Amino acid sequence: MAELPGQIRRMSGGISQLIEQIYGFSRRCLFRVISMGPIPSHLAFIMDGNRRYAKKHGLEDGSGHKAGFSALMSMLQYCYELGIKYVTIYAFSIDNFRRQPEEVQSLMDLMLEKIKSLLEKESIVHQYGIRVYFIGNLALLNDQVRAAAEKVMKATAKNSRVVLLICIAYNSTNEIVQAVKKSCINTSDNMEAYGNDKHEDRDSDIEGTDMENQEKRIQLVDIEENMQMSVAPNPDILIRSSGETRLSNFLLWQTGNTQLCSPASLWPEIGLRHLLWAVLNFQRNNSYLEKRKKQL
Amino acid sequence: MLSLRVRPPTSFDFRRFNVRDLERRWRLSRDCFLSFSPKFEENRGVRFGVKSSKSEVSFTAAEEEETLPEELQPELMPKHVAIIMDGNGRWAKNRGLQPWDGHRAGVEALKEIVELSGKWGIQVLTVFAFSTDNWIRPRIEIDFLFSLFERSLKSEFQNLAKNNVRISIIGDSSKLPKSLLRVINEVEEVTKNNTRLQLIVAVGYSGKYDVLQACRGIAQRVKDGEIEVEEIDERLIEEELETNCTEFPYPDLLIRTSGELRVSNFLLWQLAYTELFFAQELWPDFGRSGFIEALTSFQQRQRRFGGRKS
Repeated sequence: MAELPGQIRRMSGGISQLIEQIYGFSRRCLFRVISMGPIPSHLAFIMDGNRRYAKKHGLEDGSGHKAGFSALMSMLQYCYELGIKYVTIYAFSIDNFRRQPEEVQSLMDLMLEKIKSLLEKESIVHQYGIRVYFIGNLALLNDQVRAAAEKVMKATAKNSRVVLLICIAYNSTNEIVQAVKKSCINTSDNMEAYGNDKHEDRDSDIEGTDMENQEKRIQLVDIEENMQMSVAPNPDILIRSSGETRLSNFLLWQTGNTQLCSPASLWPEIGLRHLLWAVLNFQRNNSYLEKRKKQL
Repeated sequence: MLSLRVRPPTSFDFRRFNVRDLERRWRLSRDCFLSFSPKFEENRGVRFGVKSSKSEVSFTAAEEEETLPEELQPELMPKHVAIIMDGNGRWAKNRGLQPWDGHRAGVEALKEIVELSGKWGIQVLTVFAFSTDNWIRPRIEIDFLFSLFERSLKSEFQNLAKNNVRISIIGDSSKLPKSLLRVINEVEEVTKNNTRLQLIVAVGYSGKYDVLQACRGIAQRVKDGEIEVEEIDERLIEEELETNCTEFPYPDLLIRTSGELRVSNFLLWQLAYTELFFAQELWPDFGRSGFIEALTSFQQRQRRFGGRKS
């Protein structure tokens, strides 16, 4: 008789495993069906609403972010199963440094813990062969977090199947400023080199200085190749949870033609249905956008 | 009370636009004349007019709509509203008209919004008239758009000038026809001291182009030795962007009509913290009620700019 509770527990464990496997299988079938249409290559997430979630459920402050992290892991799993190659997440903005020091510190501690866990064998990184980039002004982070981030980038540099870009200490305006600085430096270097060449090579100056000045002027590609986000194509879909419709200084340069979604759910409540809805809407608008791209 | 909600017009209704236009011009001219009266007091968002004259009685019903609607709170009005006027082509197609009829209807809708913005205390209104991506459209449509723009500027700018509206044009003007450029320069010059509402029209504009030309300006200043490369920061770029013609370069609210959920390369840098509102209606149908809906939605939002509201 004493064996009965143990047996029941084993059976219920087995049943829940079975249900999980059925669920996973039907999800993958659904993804196969959706993949018949065009699939976005790059998805971006603004993970908003963790603290509100904790407040709503009467939890302590930090647990909202922890719940958000597990929601993130599920979303990454769905994205990579669906075949989306690039995923970008807005983990921490430069503006968030203005929050209370205790909150900033607890967020930094959580991020350090999670970044370190990415290096473990069972982590999602190894499961899917993810290459991880940390995008942002890493100099603003404390030494431990920065060191852990650089370690992860180095360790995953050889992976090539899928890419995860984590925007930490990031602001789009800051990214543009850095790119502009680099472009200016490159231009002045080129001008110097050109000046040196000119002295050696007077005969080739027949075309006139105007055209040469035009070429030496900064072009759009100069700025774009100096952007930190140039390692990935522009996002196809941007999903911001918690119903707010604003960009909050995230990927301003790259989201010119990105489809914007703002489901009302808070980030820890985000699920498969939001992803599916976004992808289906993307497929609906895709043919028009492809036509425009070809024309341009 | 007169309702300005535009019903979806049949092609027969096209004449309605002209009638409303005449009525509005009459009211604007009358109000302008009255503003010289010693009893006249102008308050933001409050109706014009001398109270006593009997000849005004027939117009009081029209004047009521000039006050701020009940749903909107004056202290929460956005200072700068940006609009992507999308949907003229589709509007015309739905009615079996030509694309230029859609653009003409779009101009009428814009006039209405400009008028409402001036009355409701919005200080800057930026509209996306023509993008760098629009150059791929058929030549005949582009020519029509520019001539429509030129005609509208010429016919409306007297009214707008009298209503203390300042007009600025931003964008790459190098490909615009010379006659249009002349009119633009004249209009900008005449209205440059007006203070009530600044209407910024983006023609041949794209957000990336704006940042690029700011970058070139900065590079030139670095080359001339005016600034060091290390001094380049957000503030410097903001000074070089084309929206430096206004005191409030960052929109508080961006409205895009026709249900598309994209920003389409409009005001890239300036949209960092802008609240976005996507309206389902096509632009010629947008009108007063759509505008109120957008403003109400804006007033209900919580803006935190990355910080916390505890």
